[in-house]
Amino acid sequence: MHTSWRIKNGRIIDPAHAVDRVGDLLIIDGRIAGAEQPVPSDIPEIDAQGLWVVPGLTDMHVHLREPGEEYKEDILSGARAAASGGFTGVACMPNTKPVNDCATVTAMIMARAAEAAVRVYPVGAISLGSEGKQLAEFGEMRAAGIVAVSDDGRPVRDSQLMRRALEYASNFSLPVISHSEEATLSTGVMNEGAASTLLGLKGIPTAAEAIMVYREIALAEFTGTRVHIAHVSTAMAVDLIRSAKARGVRVTAETAPHYFTLTDEAVIGYYTNTKMNPPLRSAADREAIRLALADGTLDAIATDHAPHSILEKELEFDAAANGIIGLETALPLSLALVRDKVIDASRLVELLAVNPASIFGLPAGSLKVGAAADVTLIDPEQQFVYSADQVVSKSRNTPFLGWTLQGRAVLTMVGGEIRHNRLT
Amino acid sequence: MATGTTFAHRHILGMEQLSREDIAHILATADSFKEISTRSIKKVPTLRGHTIINLFFEPSTRTRLSFEVAAKRMSADTFNISPSTSSTTKGETLADTARNISAMHPDIIIIRHSCSGAPLFLTRYVEAAVINAGDGAHEHPSQGLLDLMTVKEHRGGLSGLKIAIVGDIAHSRVARSGIIGFSRMGSEVFLFGPATLIPKGIEQLGAKVCTSLEEAVRDADVVMTLRIQHERQNDPLLPSLREYSRQFGISRQVLSLAKPDALVMHPGPVNRGVELPPDIADGPQSVILDQVTNGVAVRMALLYLVMGNS
Repeated sequence: MHTSWRIKNGRIIDPAHAVDRVGDLLIIDGRIAGAEQPVPSDIPEIDAQGLWVVPGLTDMHVHLREPGEEYKEDILSGARAAASGGFTGVACMPNTKPVNDCATVTAMIMARAAEAAVRVYPVGAISLGSEGKQLAEFGEMRAAGIVAVSDDGRPVRDSQLMRRALEYASNFSLPVISHSEEATLSTGVMNEGAASTLLGLKGIPTAAEAIMVYREIALAEFTGTRVHIAHVSTAMAVDLIRSAKARGVRVTAETAPHYFTLTDEAVIGYYTNTKMNPPLRSAADREAIRLALADGTLDAIATDHAPHSILEKELEFDAAANGIIGLETALPLSLALVRDKVIDASRLVELLAVNPASIFGLPAGSLKVGAAADVTLIDPEQQFVYSADQVVSKSRNTPFLGWTLQGRAVLTMVGGEIRHNRLT
Repeated sequence: MATGTTFAHRHILGMEQLSREDIAHILATADSFKEISTRSIKKVPTLRGHTIINLFFEPSTRTRLSFEVAAKRMSADTFNISPSTSSTTKGETLADTARNISAMHPDIIIIRHSCSGAPLFLTRYVEAAVINAGDGAHEHPSQGLLDLMTVKEHRGGLSGLKIAIVGDIAHSRVARSGIIGFSRMGSEVFLFGPATLIPKGIEQLGAKVCTSLEEAVRDADVVMTLRIQHERQNDPLLPSLREYSRQFGISRQVLSLAKPDALVMHPGPVNRGVELPPDIADGPQSVILDQVTNGVAVRMALLYLVMGNS
């Protein structure tokens, strides 16, 4: 397989080096090459005229369902969906069956990941079985390959346990990712507001997220540790994170494309592909999320890719599972922010590539000479209808089916190897 | 029928989908059917040969009986399915149930379900017309329509009236259908209840939320109370029914603030002594039994209209 390329005449956007210029990117033997390096005379060329050439994107937050629920997704199918969406790395959450709460499960995931189209970074559980009682063995799992810990999907109710997790994780330089929802307030099925009242569905108040985000900030601030807030959905949480950052708390945060694209009005019609946790919020929340992506309060865009089959989704709204797939739509939906002038292209690359890698301490997210050539080529103009037959993931639970999207990854390269190619 | 307009709805999912003209048309149709129930032979052949399935996933006495009486007075064949006799306890999904029922070619399915949106869900899997007989905390359109019919009969019209709705608005599908229906017909709806039971954004359905019981009831043409359940899934909504009756119940003194001939309504079953004292629930201003009578007429009208008649 070829691992040397001259990518010609692309717009190279490399925010880590403050680069945004049109030119050639050289890749030799799977690594980014410098201008002075000798170039093989027969090096194949890729015409990138009109395309963006960016460091490979990293999705901090996906559910690959393996082990245990391979009928929804598996590591290989999820990785193919990631490559198709322009991602060269994904971090998979531990809520599999069994839960990734020990080195044995981590090792199994790493073994499968070796065959995957993109880099797969397991996230370990905070507590055994994600039951919120006893800390999992962070050190053992770190040695086996995890990049962070989280009880995603099962927010840690016990504040003492969360404090200890933050402290103990610092020994292993592991970020703790918090799914921030106060459980006693989060018994509903959608955002609490005018839409939930109209539909007669039980609401989840924005306060449920804000309370938990503040708990994490307070614990991180008090113990001097770092915390990462997953899938921020509310204006209240954005305000808390902004003020915490201003006073130096080590907090980072991500949001997902659906929170800056849709509102809870999308639920009208009881479409179960609009049911996720946290839920779609109000227009004011969406606006706050968009501003927070621009001003640096939010550090990353992550998909929370959560595949479910029709068994979990073709149900009454109350009975349907939470979550939507997102790997193949994240980039086009994020590019809409650039067209709407909410953020510029360089900020987009920070949110999708630079910062996710940096939060996990990965050697990725830049086009530094000598780095592994994880590179994504983006056509920012290409329009396409996202139809069911195009979906690469095993599951099709997304509210964006049938949408006309603009901009997509046309080529994804991992270590210089082409893993996805839409160029002719 | 009286209005001469056509009725375009295949399904009756909520008051939300019905225009002012639709509602007027249904009420006029119901009015013309009401007399059938007073005959000695209470049966017309209108829906002969039509199959109607009552698919009730939640216990119901009066609504199910009312639909069944309405269907039989129209000569339809009716069948009842309830959770204890259905396959849902064996893990069959609503979509499976719907496809199976649809394969038997019913004409109308009347569904009650604890999940909001279940009737709409059903329409995606069946050929039959679907009538919502109450879904979760969403809508109960036939109840809303019979409430409108009852008020219209007693007041001669629906525009310019003040309607007070008191009690558990949050969990009430009757309240949602009522708020939408009354405001669409030109009445003003005023809500009051414990703050724990007033849902966020309810004003957007066209109602005003009052800050006191007196404000809601003063000069009202109609005082509608809703059934209270004081505990739901460990959600501490109220300290006690005793306190509710004293702070939020309709006493004679409170009722005296309304118009002298104000109507007292309740979708039933009444917790006597909680929402209403017995002397008011059974008193001269109460139209609770008229609501029940009109329920049959409204449901006859709905069955008739969704079958494409007008």
